[in-house]
Amino acid sequence: MEVVRSQTQVVNRKFSLNISALQTLVWALVLIAAFVVSPWVEQGINPYWFSILIYCGINIILAVSLNLVNGFTGQFSIGHAGFMAVGAYVAAVITMGLSANPAWNSWVAATGIPADAVLPIGLFLGGVAAAGAGYMVGMPSLRLRGDYLAIVTLGFGEIIRVVMMNTEAVGGASGLNNIPHLSNFGWVYSAVVLTIFCVWRMVHSSHGRTLLAVREDEIAGEAMGVNTTQAKVRAFAMGAFFAGIAGGLYAHQLQILTPQTFDFNKSFEIVIMVVLGGMGSISGSVVAAVLLTVMREALRVIQTWYDVDLRMVIYSLVLIILMLTRPNGLFGTREILDFLPASWRRKLAGGAEARGGGK
Amino acid sequence: MDQFLQHIINALSLGSIYALIALGYTMVFGVLQLINFAHGEIYMLGAFAGMYAIRWLRLEEHPGIGSLLIALLAAMAASAAAGFVIERLAYRPLRKSPRINLLITAVGVSLFLQYTGQLVFGSDPQFFPTGILELEGYNWSYGDLVIEPMQIVALVLAIILMVVLQYIIFKTRLGRAMRAVSFNHDLASLMGIPTNRIISATFMLGSALAGAAGVLVGLIYPKIEPLMGTMPGLKAFVAAVLGGIGNVTGAVLGAFTLGMAEEFLVGYWVPTYRDALAFGILILILLFKPSGLLGVHRAEKV
Amino acid sequence: MLTSANDYGTLPFFRAVVVFTESWREPQKMNMSLVSRIALGFVVITPLAVGPSMVAHASEDVIKIGEVGSTTGSEATFGVATHQGVDLAIKEINATGGVKGKKLKVILLDDQGKPEEAATATTRLITQDKVTAIIGEVASSRSLAMAPIAQQNKIPMVSPSSTNPKVTEIGDYIFRVCFIDPFQGFVMARFAAENLKVKRVAILRDVKNDYSVGLAKFFTETFKKLGGEIVVDQSYSAGDIDFKSQLTAIRGTKPEAIFVPGYYTEVGLIARQARSLGIKVPLLGGDGWDSPKLLQIGGKAMEGAYFSNHYSAEDKSPHVQAFIDRYRKAYKDTPSGLAAMGFDATMVLADAMKRAKSLSSADIRAALAATKDFQGVTGRISIDQQRNAVKPAVVLKVVNGAFSYESTIRPG
Repeated sequence: MEVVRSQTQVVNRKFSLNISALQTLVWALVLIAAFVVSPWVEQGINPYWFSILIYCGINIILAVSLNLVNGFTGQFSIGHAGFMAVGAYVAAVITMGLSANPAWNSWVAATGIPADAVLPIGLFLGGVAAAGAGYMVGMPSLRLRGDYLAIVTLGFGEIIRVVMMNTEAVGGASGLNNIPHLSNFGWVYSAVVLTIFCVWRMVHSSHGRTLLAVREDEIAGEAMGVNTTQAKVRAFAMGAFFAGIAGGLYAHQLQILTPQTFDFNKSFEIVIMVVLGGMGSISGSVVAAVLLTVMREALRVIQTWYDVDLRMVIYSLVLIILMLTRPNGLFGTREILDFLPASWRRKLAGGAEARGGGK
Repeated sequence: MDQFLQHIINALSLGSIYALIALGYTMVFGVLQLINFAHGEIYMLGAFAGMYAIRWLRLEEHPGIGSLLIALLAAMAASAAAGFVIERLAYRPLRKSPRINLLITAVGVSLFLQYTGQLVFGSDPQFFPTGILELEGYNWSYGDLVIEPMQIVALVLAIILMVVLQYIIFKTRLGRAMRAVSFNHDLASLMGIPTNRIISATFMLGSALAGAAGVLVGLIYPKIEPLMGTMPGLKAFVAAVLGGIGNVTGAVLGAFTLGMAEEFLVGYWVPTYRDALAFGILILILLFKPSGLLGVHRAEKV
Repeated sequence: MLTSANDYGTLPFFRAVVVFTESWREPQKMNMSLVSRIALGFVVITPLAVGPSMVAHASEDVIKIGEVGSTTGSEATFGVATHQGVDLAIKEINATGGVKGKKLKVILLDDQGKPEEAATATTRLITQDKVTAIIGEVASSRSLAMAPIAQQNKIPMVSPSSTNPKVTEIGDYIFRVCFIDPFQGFVMARFAAENLKVKRVAILRDVKNDYSVGLAKFFTETFKKLGGEIVVDQSYSAGDIDFKSQLTAIRGTKPEAIFVPGYYTEVGLIARQARSLGIKVPLLGGDGWDSPKLLQIGGKAMEGAYFSNHYSAEDKSPHVQAFIDRYRKAYKDTPSGLAAMGFDATMVLADAMKRAKSLSSADIRAALAATKDFQGVTGRISIDQQRNAVKPAVVLKVVNGAFSYESTIRPG
């Protein structure tokens, strides 16, 4: 089986450029489609379901970006909420600052670009700041392995939170409020598409193979000349970048930020999504993020019957039972396309498919 | 000067609390190389078990050392049982699987105990009945310096337990078996050591220590709640790593160092960064001396 | 024995279950498509989520009021106490004929103490349950997450006890029935300066808690204006149990009183440790102290401490005593300030609904804004231009293990 696949890859190599260009085009079309349908979705769906839809999108970004670190690179990070916090705060400060800045406003009025344009600027810079934080965290601590890394990332997440809490410029303990409500279907889901696309391309590039090498056997990888530290830092920074974008979207949806939101329970929530979906499966993360976000609302009803909150009890039980009976999560390292009949798959993916790896 | 000495006394008392929790942590790690995330929650269970024992047995009506011992035993028994069950149900089936799975399970167990604790005990803090020891008002003071009897009890107990553990590990058959399992699991079982039983025993011993810590903390800081274990658990872990994880003396040394660092940070510098300090220390120690103050460097096995 | 999925023949449900369990353990063997498994999951979950909202439209002769509170999580006591007050008020209103001939019905949603959940719950209440008005939240950070949604949908929202001034600044549909932090800080500062006649005060605040940080700030402002001095500003974070290092540092500055604007969960331990370090000066605090647990945990160390609150259970006014009696009958406990605020918030809302021309949002809003001298359990409530309640605060003192009334401080 392996042999056959590597042969097809060789055969397809000369077409691979075209195929990836085609894929990029398809993804770009999906991205534009998110904007096109945005007003329709916003009008057509009940606001309650709509807000769940938005949180689904944000959680998908978080889960997929954490999967890059936890799943594909095999590093166990439980500090993702920290990067989300950096992105959220930076994005909020930028959009609030720009909207209040007369020079910016007159420039916007003069050029005729929509006022919403502050959001992508804020999101991007928030993502960059989070990536910077990810790089700073990653550089020293990724020399560590497994358990130690887990606790260090948790510690960094906490340190970020404590710093936010002590910074008067971002409101200290009371945080930021009156953040403009700019997140909409278009922005959130184009970010989702972008995240999935980037992580997908990353994983299927040669960089991605170094990540998989790190996951499968770090020492062997090192012996083969893979710069494992660099690979890990890259994965970490990229994961943090998208977590930052998710944070920015979150800030402009909820309109209020407090440091307490980003404690380690938030990080655990994201970890649970990744583990449930399958570490090393992008579509698994997507499905798990949607499932858990919807579950959270569905269980709300059960809760009103019994007056107790069983949600976290159920989540933690799911985590334990998964590890005991099916440690690969729902999807393992496979993608949703792998479940389609083989003939469809060949047509859909062309030859450019490569797997997340694993067994 | 008085203030400085008072800070030292406070730090010793805080350090002995961390030490009591860290001892169990480091034991379990020493044998299994597993960071038992749920250790802080076992400590919480111990505190609640102690409280219920005191309430149900009406120990407050007979204050004294005897009542304290009964409460301690109840807490240690309950924690040991919890440790046994957790190891048996959640950790043992995963012993052969990747470390990351074990870690995720440990996180899951920790969350499960926190939230089930909230359902069972309620999330409002509860008062730990301090009446079982009539020590209030027996403070020893010299000028501005104040020492409470419970602070001395905790300090002495931390050191006694450290010595006892050291004795168990290095002078008894059980200890030798533990060291063998820690050194090489498979080899130990080939030598006829019942590894499963040894690991269970280690877990129960470590958990019992956490339970004892729960009661003592309850007596010194009489407020217990289901989420009380999280932060002390993490800080005890930091203390254990600081001293060299797996090393009993190191855990105590690390705990006192952490206690001192926190005390002086809060007392003389920036109190708001207290929670960040422990993690800062952890990161620094892992970067510059990952084996800890007293630890021995282990080569990475391929 | 039936051993594999095929043996079940035409029983699709059992078949699905068996396939599910088989494929669960052995993902490699899985043939049933994952898509259909997920679909199965959604089929199970969706009715759970949608069901109650369909049932909810059944009768038209009730007025639905939404409530969002933290009934679980680390701040569960706040949400539970408030809800008990709300519930008591609803029962009382319904027993006396309801509002405009209709009964009131409260729909409570839990937010686990998370702003994000509070926002979704608010959206759900407004768009699914179609509530007429909303009560909530206790914590300002959660009220701040809810308020923009209520404002956007033009649904009146009354917060029982969010004291951060920013909450009602969100818009003209957002009200509160409690005083705001600047006033509470002012009350304790004035009490310290004028009643206790102290000049040197130390502050020990909870840096994790925006309420505590805000109160410390406003206390400092007023106290300095009144000629006092803040000798040291120390802090801790909620969840800590050891405060000796902060208290040792405070002891070194020899203050005449210590202002600890935190929650009762930590204050009891702070008092104990302060006393054991030989600090004898009085402790001062705010409405976050109000819980029997404070006295239980703090014990003798709490004696002689003062804090500001919304009402005093010692108040001899008949309507206050009647409220306390009914509350004791229902919940076997003395109502805390939060329960009283929940009660008053509901009463003020119902009163506005009675006075409103119709039950449209705009009319209720206008009636709420016109509330004047409403006799609540927590004092005479008038709503001012900023939609905040103008009313006095009481200062309570811990005497012989109970809260006793010390003085009333009026605005201005």
